[in-house]
Amino acid sequence: MIIPLEHLLIFGTVLFAVGIYGALVRRNIIGVLISIELILNAVNVNLVAFSRTTSLSPEAGQIFAIFVITLAAAGAAVGLAIVLALYRVRKTILTDEVTLLKW
Amino acid sequence: MFPLLTKIMIYVIMALSVFAALATISCKNLFHSALALIAVLLGVAGIFIFLQAEFLAMVQILIYVGAVMTLVIFTIMLTERIGDKQISQNNHQSLLAASILLALLFFMIRLILGVAWPVNESTLSAHVGTEELAKALLGTYVFPFEVISVVLIAALIGAIVIARKDNS
Repeated sequence: MIIPLEHLLIFGTVLFAVGIYGALVRRNIIGVLISIELILNAVNVNLVAFSRTTSLSPEAGQIFAIFVITLAAAGAAVGLAIVLALYRVRKTILTDEVTLLKW
Repeated sequence: MFPLLTKIMIYVIMALSVFAALATISCKNLFHSALALIAVLLGVAGIFIFLQAEFLAMVQILIYVGAVMTLVIFTIMLTERIGDKQISQNNHQSLLAASILLALLFFMIRLILGVAWPVNESTLSAHVGTEELAKALLGTYVFPFEVISVVLIAALIGAIVIARKDNS
């Protein structure tokens, strides 16, 4: 291992925190989706770093990273489809202007 | 080959990725933040290459940068009024969210530095190429693999159904 595991984990944590911050404060739904992609990438960094160092089976982490990427793609596709449908109906994609389910 | 050079390159890539991530969440223009996200994704792919997960780096670039980001940029083009500086992109929770997340970051980093990670020497020397990955994916993990395929096809069909125009 050319750099210590801790540095990779800290890198993953920083990306994760930045992603959560974006998901919490963005008003635009596409901004929230972009932040979620950031979070999933942070998780992938951690998975691969662990599979490289502490894991007992060397390929498990990479397999799970592939699953995470697949689910992220599925989530992005469905999320963006919902955004398009929402924009067609309501002409806005700001989270605080979409209050149909709130009374 | 050059351990020091590689080390410096990893840290530079990490720093650039974190910088690009900060740009992703702070850009007013959503198109710019999508471009910054592409930089983050490429940086993470670089980290994967350093961790000798070449297949994953390739998948990252193909699927994320190639497919997902194209989808995101298309949606931005179709919906957002780009260049409209009047619309605030953040809600009023920024300060609260930032303080809580800084506290979380602080505790997580303390936790990470406090644990003695049991580094496994046999894993460290094992090389997981595409072939080993394929054997694991179609051997031990064949059931999750099939399930994830069904999930993906269902999600994509659902996305098409949701996004198409109603003709009736």
